[in-house]
Amino acid sequence: MNKTLSNLITLATLIATPVFAASQEKLTVYTYSSFASDWGPGPKIEAEFEKFCACDLEFIALDDGVSVLNRLRLEGNNSEADILLGLDNNLMASAKKTGLLSEHNIDLSTIKMSTDWQDKTFVPFDYGYFAFVYNSEKLTNPPKSLKELVEQRDDLKIIYQDPRTSTPGLGLMLWMKSVYGDEVNQAWKQLAKKTITVTKGWSESYSMFLKGEADMVLSYTTSPAYHMIAEGKNQFQAASFTEGHYTQTEVAAVVKSSKHKKLANEFMSFILSDAFQSKIATGNWMYPVTDVALPEEFNQLVSPTKSLSFSSDEVAAKRKAWTKEWLISLTD
Amino acid sequence: MPLINPLTVFVRLLKPVQIPGLLLSIGIFLFVLVAVNALFAYSPVLEVTAILSDPYYRHITTFSFYQAALSTLLSVLFAIPISHALFRREFRGKALLLKLFATTLVLPVLVAVFGLLAIYGNSGVLAGIFEYFDSILPFSIFGLNGILLAHVFFNLPFACRLFLQALNAIPDKQHQLATHLGMKHWNKFRFVEWPQIVAQLPHAAGLIFMLCFSSFATVMALGGGPKSTTIELAIYQAIKFDFDLQTGALLALWQICICSVLAVFIQKLSRSSSLTANYQGPKNTFYHDSWLAKCWDFSWIIVISLLVIPPLLMVVIAGLNTQFFVVLTDIKFWLAFKNSLLIAFFAALIAVSCAFFILLASRQWRLIGLNGYADKIEMLATIILVTPGLVISTGLFLLLRDIGHFSSLALYIVIAVNALMALPFVLKSLSLPMLHNAQKYELLCASIGVFWWHRFYWVEWKALRRPILQALCLSFVLSVGDLSAIALFGSHNFSTLPLYLFQLLGSYQMQSAAVIALVLLVLSVGVFIVVEYLFKERRTQHD
Repeated sequence: MNKTLSNLITLATLIATPVFAASQEKLTVYTYSSFASDWGPGPKIEAEFEKFCACDLEFIALDDGVSVLNRLRLEGNNSEADILLGLDNNLMASAKKTGLLSEHNIDLSTIKMSTDWQDKTFVPFDYGYFAFVYNSEKLTNPPKSLKELVEQRDDLKIIYQDPRTSTPGLGLMLWMKSVYGDEVNQAWKQLAKKTITVTKGWSESYSMFLKGEADMVLSYTTSPAYHMIAEGKNQFQAASFTEGHYTQTEVAAVVKSSKHKKLANEFMSFILSDAFQSKIATGNWMYPVTDVALPEEFNQLVSPTKSLSFSSDEVAAKRKAWTKEWLISLTD
Repeated sequence: MPLINPLTVFVRLLKPVQIPGLLLSIGIFLFVLVAVNALFAYSPVLEVTAILSDPYYRHITTFSFYQAALSTLLSVLFAIPISHALFRREFRGKALLLKLFATTLVLPVLVAVFGLLAIYGNSGVLAGIFEYFDSILPFSIFGLNGILLAHVFFNLPFACRLFLQALNAIPDKQHQLATHLGMKHWNKFRFVEWPQIVAQLPHAAGLIFMLCFSSFATVMALGGGPKSTTIELAIYQAIKFDFDLQTGALLALWQICICSVLAVFIQKLSRSSSLTANYQGPKNTFYHDSWLAKCWDFSWIIVISLLVIPPLLMVVIAGLNTQFFVVLTDIKFWLAFKNSLLIAFFAALIAVSCAFFILLASRQWRLIGLNGYADKIEMLATIILVTPGLVISTGLFLLLRDIGHFSSLALYIVIAVNALMALPFVLKSLSLPMLHNAQKYELLCASIGVFWWHRFYWVEWKALRRPILQALCLSFVLSVGDLSAIALFGSHNFSTLPLYLFQLLGSYQMQSAAVIALVLLVLSVGVFIVVEYLFKERRTQHD
């Protein structure tokens, strides 16, 4: 009996422990699932980086940007992650406050964005504007403003993402807040009437939209580029809203407890290289942050007249209260 | 006369064979306390009143009670005519139907949810029928509707079994007397059958209420929007979505309080009876059968068959689709499959071993009439019933996170929590057989000096092989289908079959989800069939 038991335990440990055969240094990057998926930019970027680093780059895919941060907070000082990739400007202050991230020493001068990027912890890797995407063959008169969508268009069915788990969802929450201010409760209630479902992550809602379950889905102004370039379809459009569009800048940071700091810093510089940035437009379907050439189709995209954003500190301070506002509006 | 210290009496009465069980029981209790406390340590102030002043938490508390009450009402109410009909009628396939009833409670929740979605979902069979007639499905399965439907699917058959067992316990004499007195349907129901059902009613209702109140996977899959969230799910959301440990701890404390009150209440309501798989009651004879009564009974039997059979059937039908081989050749499937088997196997082994030792201790007390001690030691080990599994796994992880990595710890924590969650059910199913065995052989063993290993092999194992293996199966199936212990740890790199199924459902890959649901169904039903088959073989060999 004892022998069988110990055999069983050995067997279990054998099966349970992953085998570390590779002697190469391994760089672990936590990111969101669509970045790391087969059709996302992850695999190409991994191949590019491994060409010269003599290392093994591994993406650990989590549901969404918020999950990436929460996973780090749960693991604390003993995280396996060397790099977090996929937090955004709204989460930066909360992420910094955990004290689990370290500063980088990357040359930021190649960044070409409308605002000057000076952050010592985070390096941006792409940016974009949230927008509701629709199929112009089915919907011929899209709303012209967020207010029109919320207050007048009872004929529309929409899908968006949960602000607690998804960065686009959080983006919509902040977009609504910046347009409606203190009257956001009423607006959420009106929006709830046209909401088919609130999904956990972006991928689920976008695939539901493509299956025809809703008229509009919360995504990015750049999403139509995917359909034009990858599928040759022109019917998918982003609705341009007169109030302006909420901006998202996606960022990466090095984890303080990382045991591969040197490699991690190499990866951080790699983020701003052409090899990485050139994969963004047609891989993650966002705007690159450096001066790499954009595909022609990007010229046909809606470009917001006004970009909205809250400061990351303000979001960190008020996110909880604003999320509660959203929750309560949806319960009655 | 010297004063006798109660502790000395306790120690003097304690036999060596009881010590491991006693230590285990206390160990498990402390283990749970420490894990829960680890989470509480992250929240400086724990004021349950804060929940009552927060409109959102007030809403989910009300919703938890509301959906549990409705689910219980529907399950218990419909179980009365259905069990009555099943009691009075014999028909082809009755035994099979009752076997199906027994599976609904141990069936992995998500498998049932998948089956229900395939029938009642937006693109399910029913929606297809409506579409054929150019109309649309008048309800949505997501939200309260779906939660109620799933809870009734799980618990109505369970309530039916409880009531049926009570009805089967009516002595022959009463049936004869009723016939002599010329009682017709209504009067016989009122004076003979109803009192039997009523005796079971509080216990059944209490149990079902508790199960629905702390339901997690069902609500996560079918509700989950802010409107239809239970406390159990809100704990998960606070921890996983917001990493708000303080709110998580607060809600956990709130849930533990409510569940403890409920548990005590149920305990007070009635002494529980154990469900047997044997439904052979006395031959039920009644001489005033009528065409109308037949119609009434069989329509109820049809109703319950329509509730239970189609979703299970759909799991099988939908599972055999074109994606079948694609999924089965996917490495992700095999990784999840491996994790599920590992977790379920070890959790079952741990749960049954713990239960065995704990029952060795408690039955010794029962033999000498100290039922109070016996109840208490068993209760210590079943504390998990009032503690959300997720809270324990989070607490454990926070305790251990400095000594190991997430991915290496996750597996062990999930095994431990699953073992804990299976333990109450194993204790319940093993306690009677073990007590009977002791009553039969305790004195014999003492007189011929059979102890320890010999006693285990020649007395316990020889007689209890079947219940032990059944308990192993039960805990295996419970663990293989569990979603609450793994929920926190799941990622695209570490998943189990239920979690993989949940991810696929979440991303609307219904075809692949169908395959996983079928695999889980086969796995959980198959284990029971294999064990049953093994025993049949053995018995024929012995004869």
